[in-house]
Amino acid sequence: MSEKLVIIGNGMAPGRMLEHLLEAAPDRYSVTIFNAEPRVNYDRIMLSPVLSGEKEFEEIVIHGDGWYIKHGITLYKGHRIVAIDRDAKTVTSDQGVTESYDRLVIATGSVPFIIPVPGKDLPGVLTYRDLDDVNAMLLAAQSRAKAIVIGGGLLGLEAAAGLKERGMDVTVLHVMPTLMERQLDPAAGYLLQKAVEARGIKVMTKANTKAIFGNGKVEGVELMDGTIIPATLVVMAVGIRPNSALAKDAGLEVNRGIVVDHRMQTSDPAIMALGECAEVGGHVYGLVAPLYEMARVAAARLADGEDKRFVHSETPTKLKVTGIDLYSLGDFADGDDREEIILRDASAGIYKRVVLQDNRIIGTVLFGETTDGAWFNDLKKKATDISEMRDTLIFGQAFQGGASSDPLAAVAALADDAEICGCNGVCKGKITGAITSKGLTGLDDVRAHTKASASCGSCTGLVEQLLKLTLGEAYNPAAVQPMCGCTSLGHDDVRRLIKAKGLKTIPAVMQELEWKTSCGCAKCRPALNYYLVCDWPDQYADDYQSRFINERVHANIQKDGTYSVVPRMWGGVTSASELRAIADVVDKFRIPTVKVTGGQRIDMLGIRKEDLPAVWADLGKAGFVSGHAYAKGLRTVKTCVGSDWCRFGTQDSTGLGIRIEKFMWGSWTPAKVKMAVSGCPRNCAEATCKDVGVVCVDSGYEIHFAGAAGLDIKGTEVLGLVKTEDEALEVIVALVQMYREQARYLERIYKWAKRVGTAEIKKQILEDVEKRRAYFERFVFSQKFAQVDPWSERVSGKDKHEFRPLATVGFAEAAE
Amino acid sequence: MTWIAIGTIADIPRRGARCVETPQGKIAVFRTADDQVFAIEDHCPHKGGPLSQGIVHGAAVTCPLHNWVISLETGKALGADEGSVRTIPVRTEGERLFIALEALASKAA
Repeated sequence: MSEKLVIIGNGMAPGRMLEHLLEAAPDRYSVTIFNAEPRVNYDRIMLSPVLSGEKEFEEIVIHGDGWYIKHGITLYKGHRIVAIDRDAKTVTSDQGVTESYDRLVIATGSVPFIIPVPGKDLPGVLTYRDLDDVNAMLLAAQSRAKAIVIGGGLLGLEAAAGLKERGMDVTVLHVMPTLMERQLDPAAGYLLQKAVEARGIKVMTKANTKAIFGNGKVEGVELMDGTIIPATLVVMAVGIRPNSALAKDAGLEVNRGIVVDHRMQTSDPAIMALGECAEVGGHVYGLVAPLYEMARVAAARLADGEDKRFVHSETPTKLKVTGIDLYSLGDFADGDDREEIILRDASAGIYKRVVLQDNRIIGTVLFGETTDGAWFNDLKKKATDISEMRDTLIFGQAFQGGASSDPLAAVAALADDAEICGCNGVCKGKITGAITSKGLTGLDDVRAHTKASASCGSCTGLVEQLLKLTLGEAYNPAAVQPMCGCTSLGHDDVRRLIKAKGLKTIPAVMQELEWKTSCGCAKCRPALNYYLVCDWPDQYADDYQSRFINERVHANIQKDGTYSVVPRMWGGVTSASELRAIADVVDKFRIPTVKVTGGQRIDMLGIRKEDLPAVWADLGKAGFVSGHAYAKGLRTVKTCVGSDWCRFGTQDSTGLGIRIEKFMWGSWTPAKVKMAVSGCPRNCAEATCKDVGVVCVDSGYEIHFAGAAGLDIKGTEVLGLVKTEDEALEVIVALVQMYREQARYLERIYKWAKRVGTAEIKKQILEDVEKRRAYFERFVFSQKFAQVDPWSERVSGKDKHEFRPLATVGFAEAAE
Repeated sequence: MTWIAIGTIADIPRRGARCVETPQGKIAVFRTADDQVFAIEDHCPHKGGPLSQGIVHGAAVTCPLHNWVISLETGKALGADEGSVRTIPVRTEGERLFIALEALASKAA
């Protein structure tokens, strides 16, 4: 029988340990994990991009539910272990589950340090540690009110940048005279403060918090010097400490963290500890690279594999705030026995400092230009004598040995064992080896096969250079992300060239733009098809084989291969006869589920594909047309009852919603477009989280756009106020046409608007009347070809091959 | 080996697929841009998605449910994913298409 391995904690360190263990000894243990967080293992260092909106939570999951099932691991989510009984060898969770173990691994991580000031427990005071904290901050950020981040270290600055990105007015309070003083010298700290302030974040140094005040919830912070700063959100990011209470209660040896030897063994031979909660050789760790090293050591120990020992090493610090390049490593304090070389370039915002002792690098701070970080790190690690290159050292690797101007020379000169990816401990030789032996051609390939650049992503540039170096001309490290593997061109280039070269078919695009595949792939073909539909509405013949199945058969595919059908209900208004017709269809075709959607219409789910034309025929007789609930196109226009019924209604919001929907239905767009019209600022139609929304007021119509309420939550921005319904329609149509012509395929309006800038959109749509008119007219022209009900077309026989089997091979034949 | 007639190549759109119903479930018959014809089980090795509904590119299809890419020639998942579906022999005689039924029966046995 296999031994029972119980793991307390499900963070990155135990996750990595299990990966190694499953590789070395897949069947040795039956594994049970208790996770205090109610979710799977995710990449905690990527929480900052989630907070700022650059990534979604799904993108940072390391092990999805399927991984645990595949490996037969029992994962208790949301179970906090409250007791370890070392005599009985059991652990017990707060939910009352008791599990016995042969081997126990404690990986409880760390807890945020809370400064003991009055008001620290008020609602609205958060820490920054896990996804729950991020979600709480995102919720608070919707108010776009004032936020205070206490702590000007790595975590605090990332939190501040994220909150600012989400629209909050952010102030950072830091107790020391300069930011990140543990990683940066004062000069770099000053430059960092400038860069942070340039993003509109206020920074107060030497700011000592006296109290957090508020009546029932946070209202602000008071400093020791009496300064009062109002805020509705306070984030404490002043540091972490090892979470060792459980181990201490169990009588294990605990110092700052849980004391372990160099093989991750605690004072109890049956119990190991690793991660941020562990203390080894007097050190505790908070960056991922040493934690992953612990994972390797612990896995080797559990598998009784080779005798690995944890060795202390210094890890470079990098800030994950887009647009601020910062790298720091080692010791950079001044000292009599130390020398330093400094480069300052004020105009370019560059500061580099290398600290030397006995002609060897012991510390480095780079700001504004960090590409040589890995090289300096390598020199330091190997304790290379730098006296030969001392005069040019600070200019970086490219200036050594013959002043090569080749940007790849730096990477080429790195030794094979030089570490490229600090997070995952991947060295240069492993990456180039994988590129050659596995025939890798792109960044995604390297990530899939080696994990390099797959965690925090800060070594992406280096990995791309390695690709370039290894593959030569075959690799094109394009500055823009290519559309897909079939081309090196990005979406914007392709759109521009389609217009410039007058390309009007998919084969023409692929020929002229030198596609690398004969007929594209499932990523580029739907994009090209949309671009051509949009740019040449009267000339391009829509290629249905390049459309995703939902748009090809005008229904939504479900997980079991059946379809769902949503007819249009203009502005969300229906009638007895329409409802009766739906009821009849549901009965006749035995439709298993009928559901009211969030867009004020009715969804019929579980329809067999063969039945679709007959369902549509019956719905068509009652006057229904397709609701395009499956389309990258205009979906629904939600409305409230407005001045027709509501005692607060200022305008006929229902009428305007129906008018917009009838004007715009059938149009294809880069991604789905959802709209709403509210009759007054009470906003019952929830127009302020839509792609385009209207809020009626006494004086007219306030046009909103760029909202989101899906993966991202984002309030709309106001485009402007217009006086009449006609003007409102023209502005909305012109805005959508501008989006249709400029956005990348699958890019929602809010993402496009962020890229183009609200000011530019206002200029083109509100201020430049001629331009607005031209957009409007191009939309109207394209509607001539788009406003055909796809359901009635198919009822009349179009694409009938889609809905019938090619043949039915009888049981008699098969039995022969 | 028994070859069963299932229709003509013109019945299937280029870069498209049609289904054949059999006692063992659906078979997806694909026609590529250059008129090659392939038949595989209509059941993605990942989560059972109907491969016949996917986008066909080269000699591969992308599953409509979660974008796995399956080779029509080998039935194997391409890229970093692992898994495979059964391929069914196809013969063309002029315009007419046949699939081998023996392969069908063997699975049922």
